[in-house]
Amino acid sequence: MTTKSERLLLLIVALVVVAFVLAPLFLMFATALKPDENQILRDLGNAHAFWINPSDISFKNFEAVLANKTFPILRYMLNSGIIVVSIVTIGIFVNSLAAFALARMQFTGRNLVIAFIVALIIIPMESVAIPLLLMMSAIGWVDTYKAQIIPFIAHPFSIFLFYQFFAAIPKDLDEAAYVAGASKLRTYWTIIMPLSLPTIATVAILQSLEYWNAYLWPLMVTRGSDARPVSLALAQFFSTPPPVWGNLMAFSVLMSLPILIVYFAFQRWFIQSTIGSGIKG
Amino acid sequence: MADLHLTQVRKCFGNVDIIKGIDLAIRHGEFIVFVGPSGCGKSTLLRMIAGLEEISSGEITIGGRVVNDLPPKERSIAMVFQSYALFPHMTVRDNIAFGLTIAGEPRKEIDAKVADAARILKLDALLDRKPSQLSGGQRQRVAIGRAIVRNPDVFLFDEPLSNLDAALRVNTRAEIAKLHRDLGATMIYVTHDQVEAMTLADRIAVLDGGVVRQFGAPMDLYRYPDNLFVAGFIGSPKMNFIPVKALSVSADTITLNAEGLDALTVAAKGAEILPGTALTLGIRPEHITISHGATPRHQGSVVLLERLGHQIFIEVATLGGHSVTALIDGEEEVELGHTVGLTYDASKCHLFDKNADSLRL
Repeated sequence: MTTKSERLLLLIVALVVVAFVLAPLFLMFATALKPDENQILRDLGNAHAFWINPSDISFKNFEAVLANKTFPILRYMLNSGIIVVSIVTIGIFVNSLAAFALARMQFTGRNLVIAFIVALIIIPMESVAIPLLLMMSAIGWVDTYKAQIIPFIAHPFSIFLFYQFFAAIPKDLDEAAYVAGASKLRTYWTIIMPLSLPTIATVAILQSLEYWNAYLWPLMVTRGSDARPVSLALAQFFSTPPPVWGNLMAFSVLMSLPILIVYFAFQRWFIQSTIGSGIKG
Repeated sequence: MADLHLTQVRKCFGNVDIIKGIDLAIRHGEFIVFVGPSGCGKSTLLRMIAGLEEISSGEITIGGRVVNDLPPKERSIAMVFQSYALFPHMTVRDNIAFGLTIAGEPRKEIDAKVADAARILKLDALLDRKPSQLSGGQRQRVAIGRAIVRNPDVFLFDEPLSNLDAALRVNTRAEIAKLHRDLGATMIYVTHDQVEAMTLADRIAVLDGGVVRQFGAPMDLYRYPDNLFVAGFIGSPKMNFIPVKALSVSADTITLNAEGLDALTVAAKGAEILPGTALTLGIRPEHITISHGATPRHQGSVVLLERLGHQIFIEVATLGGHSVTALIDGEEEVELGHTVGLTYDASKCHLFDKNADSLRL
């Protein structure tokens, strides 16, 4: 049993942490909704930066960002959407199928393959970026969606997550399906995958987040706006003088919205899964 | 006709032999029970018949067709698992219909078959529920329903009642027996519970260490066990085993000294037994009575007493240094610590040689 003062202390600590996490978001939303750039500059030096009077709310900055021809944000968001949706949807099938094979089929070297996949999780993207870029350049994929999708479909951490989850599903279920006449692939599709919704949600959220926010790789493989994702566009928009804070924050809000929607859509399963798998959410 | 034949069927995991060459001939429509202690290989054997476990050598035929290399779906079998193995995300209806859906049967036929199975198993009102909303007994019936709609040649049950409570187990056991009578299909049932085996089976295969110790009708196994293992495994409470010596032998009798008390002559194959040979006498607790003045075969004090109502279960520490259990009439006046005399009919005795084989004529 914790005492009242201990609970109070925990509450204060939790509030401080939450404040640190939420403060930038408040700043972003408040600034984006303020119409007057001079007012924004004045507020940035004090606590008003985190707040806006409801009567002052304006969508002027959003209109400006959406109308900006030099930085066509909708185009960039479409690019990001195509890249992320492709990676996530194709990735869910590819990675879960790989995990299904590892969890359910006996073959020589299976444990070695699992160990190899786990080892791949710790290799950072940065360390393979140059060889990968040379590869992309050699096959003429620079400045295309393909260069931003194909290399990232196979995802060791997702395979590992699926593998862990599948290994915990009783094999009796597969065997009951086989006896009833189902093939391995049918069993995967009709039995295993519907039971894996929490893991699918976790993989979808983690991968969406990773590739929506990707910066280094798109910077290396894109040149124009044709295939450039919104994360890179934001950085360019930010570094284009003079900085218009209201527009910058409106751009940031627009960029953040899809990922927030994805998170809230899958939140219930995501939390279930992270609790179940012991992975930090 | 779904006769099932196993010929020298073996299963090895690495260097370890799990199933050591089993021969069984099962007739169409028979209810066969594989019974044995944990680790005897009974579930492995069932899984080999199902096609879920490859066989290392030998041959399995179902309806005259060799099925060694056929996948489960081509063996015309259905299996009910110990864990029920119901698909948690599907309704009862979808669980039962699963095999038919996979086979691509028309929706109308599937609905009719599911309705039929639901009626037989009294699941009509539960068809739209998920397995998590069902009791253990209901789940078991859904698992059986999933098996019967496919109309297989052979039903396989892998300890289907072990997760149910005692009362439900008795009910479900009766339901399975009725199902067998109604369907007339060949059924193979694995259990470690000899009561289930005795009550359900047309014939029982007693397995131990990967071999069939005896295969026969339940009462044949009870009355005429082929060896010490079967004698000890079939029957509850367990048969008493008393070490004895052959005093004299003839071709069809052996006279024994039972703890130095009155000599006991038992009908048995004596031709190959020499006087003085150590043997094991087996006598079931239910065949032992209090001697009441007659010369007892054993005497000793009661060290355990359990009143079961119509019977009393006692354990007697005999003067010869053995422990003998008996299931005596419930009206007998015995108390813990009393000295009692025990007797039994020689015709109820079983005799086993040093290889644990029965010397029955």
